[in-house]
Amino acid sequence: MKSKWRISLTAAVVAVGLLAPITVSAANAAPVEIPLWTHNGGNKAELADVNLVVKDFNASQSKYKVTVKAFPQINYNDAIVASAAANRLPCIMDTDAPVVPSWVYAGYLSPLTVDKKITNKLQTSVKGSYGGKLYSAGFYDAAIALLARKSTIADAGLRTPTVAKPWTLAEFNDALAKAKASGKFDYALSLGTGWDGEWYPYGFSPLLQSFGGDLIDRKGLKTAEGVLNGTAGVAWGKWFQNIFTSGLAPKKETADQRDNGFITGKIAYQWNGSWAAASAAEKLGDDFIALPPPNLGTKAYIGGGSWQWAVSSSCANKAGANAWLQFALQTKYLTKFADDLFNLPITPDATKASKIFGPGSKYSEFATFSATFALIRPATPAYPVIAKIYETATKDIINGADVQKTLDGAVDQINKNLKDNYYYVKKK
Amino acid sequence: MQSKVKKQNAAKRAENKTARWLAAPGLILIGIFTIIPISLALTLGFTNAQLLAPTNPDFTGLNNFKTLLGVSAVTLHAAKQPDGTCAVDENGEIAYEPLRPLTRDNSPRKDLRGKSEVKRIFANAEKCSVLVVVAGDPVFWRSLTNTFFFALIVVPVQAGLALILALLVNQRLRGRNFFRTVYFIPTLSSMVVISMLWRFMYQQDGLFNKSISNFMPGYAPIDWLGNPKTAMPAIVVLSIWQAVGYHMIIWLGGLQTIPAELYEAVRMDGANKWDEFKHVTIPGLRHTFVFILITITIAALGLFVQINVLTQGGPLDSTSTLVFQSFTRGYQRQEIGYGSAISFVFFILVLVIALIQRSMTKRLDT
Repeated sequence: MKSKWRISLTAAVVAVGLLAPITVSAANAAPVEIPLWTHNGGNKAELADVNLVVKDFNASQSKYKVTVKAFPQINYNDAIVASAAANRLPCIMDTDAPVVPSWVYAGYLSPLTVDKKITNKLQTSVKGSYGGKLYSAGFYDAAIALLARKSTIADAGLRTPTVAKPWTLAEFNDALAKAKASGKFDYALSLGTGWDGEWYPYGFSPLLQSFGGDLIDRKGLKTAEGVLNGTAGVAWGKWFQNIFTSGLAPKKETADQRDNGFITGKIAYQWNGSWAAASAAEKLGDDFIALPPPNLGTKAYIGGGSWQWAVSSSCANKAGANAWLQFALQTKYLTKFADDLFNLPITPDATKASKIFGPGSKYSEFATFSATFALIRPATPAYPVIAKIYETATKDIINGADVQKTLDGAVDQINKNLKDNYYYVKKK
Repeated sequence: MQSKVKKQNAAKRAENKTARWLAAPGLILIGIFTIIPISLALTLGFTNAQLLAPTNPDFTGLNNFKTLLGVSAVTLHAAKQPDGTCAVDENGEIAYEPLRPLTRDNSPRKDLRGKSEVKRIFANAEKCSVLVVVAGDPVFWRSLTNTFFFALIVVPVQAGLALILALLVNQRLRGRNFFRTVYFIPTLSSMVVISMLWRFMYQQDGLFNKSISNFMPGYAPIDWLGNPKTAMPAIVVLSIWQAVGYHMIIWLGGLQTIPAELYEAVRMDGANKWDEFKHVTIPGLRHTFVFILITITIAALGLFVQINVLTQGGPLDSTSTLVFQSFTRGYQRQEIGYGSAISFVFFILVLVIALIQRSMTKRLDT
């Protein structure tokens, strides 16, 4: 008797489930589906926030229905490139900031039509522009800082650097030498060499830029000659190489050194992103301090640009996709993305509202670093190639290769790629 | 008589027709999934195709191959001082004129444009000159020598070790199935997983260094994969460990095809263990030997997964291989035309080596 009842109940549920969408769609015109892809399949907190924005948007109007598909980050770019080749891109997708020009060039993206009043408020580093048009906008940014202990600085008798007056090259070198000489640490500095890929240009090209070099001549974006391998570039390479050859930093960090070396006190300073600050602060308490990037010659720099949202060129409902993005750029969501995920808020309003990064709050300096020092990676379709060449060259320099020869070789490869691609100007 | 022949011919023709029909599905599948993709890939090598480019690739003839295989030499001079010695720089080394102006994209020597220094040879103190060898793609040459180094060590060592293991587990021992399984397990695991595990063991504070320092107190830990001198040997050891079980099984199969009567016969003739091995086992394994030699060679020349997971070709290109270069250039740097050119050269090399091996072992096989 009981089992029979259960069967009929199941049947009823199934029947209702089958009928429900039909009856709804019969009642009022079905909302247009807008597929959205995101890279944060492995990041529960971020995915939850994306889902929240989507849920709110779908409830706020009846014209569009955004559907979310999450991918693991490591396969995400491959999935996009493969589906672009098969002409099956979703409407809305997130993109890693420096890749945007390359995807625009490949014809994957269409310009955003979000209200300019809204996008004008966004910090430059989260806007993906190419050829004078805006193609992507981010909900947050990240900032690199030199993570340290107040006690390390005090014990060494060093000046605490400020945003207005960061450490100079001599002061930074002195700090590292003293940390090593103190004998308290395995290494003076962790540079994140335990990561591969995009960390190299993101983390290390700001140091190169601080010396006065760059990945490519930003005027015209047609050559790297004299910029990457010029006097400033070579000075950066020799300085950077010396950090490793003199044993100040590990050439290839183990995962443990990278993730725990600084917070367990085995490494004195760490060049790391805002994402690592929360766990460091929790462990070190009041002794923790995030120092501004050093000024190694011309100016202090950190990388700008994190994940951003874009609309595909094959999207059938670009208006709906832009409507979602416009909806998502509300201050309350931007604040939530910042505070939930320990990312930096990127509008003045969101910064003010942020409990973590707002003025006078615990990590407000990160927002200042991002606003003061951020420099986006060169906006050229060649960027993914340049990034790979730079990564290889930097690894060679770390491992003791001749700096001038290595950078000359990198320049030749970059310039050859630019030339082979007709300088990325679309031919008719 | 004539009608009988006609009938036979007709029957043969019908049979041929049926055979063609039966072979068709297989041939079509091979065509679509093997022959067409391979010929497309080889064709791409003659273009400047880029992976994401919105424009159609252009045929560039042999350009990719000229860059890939191009090698030149140039003589550089240093100023001769009045006392007859050559001018030196602040480090005390002979101050030759710089190479860079000659290899830049606006160089007066067109054949040197875009090339990089490989080696300086023939330094002449009389004339204060040195001969510099430059190549269009020094990493390709490095990858080529790395690949051959790997194959030259792995092929004999792996084949020999596999044979020793096969002989061991071919004896009537208790628990031999246990040993057969143990030796074979690494082959069943994915190379990616094995590489990840070995990465931890190779670390500076990993299993190998810790074990050695337990026996040798003064030992300074070596970063096995981070040192250009030890990285490739470390990969060789790991690769042999992973694949030796597979070839052990093949040797074992070969050993078991040797008739027991032969062993009995030589024993009756008073042969010892060594004679038995030399005069029965080895001749009995010649077919297996040919198979093993060719399969290990091809697998060794295709070295990729371990490199991609563990070293990414570094440090200082010491573990870069041909397949890895083809992947880096074609996929990571999106220069699919150039990557295909590397594949083309690789294909020809493997083909030539396999043919040489085949002709050398043909004697054995008959």
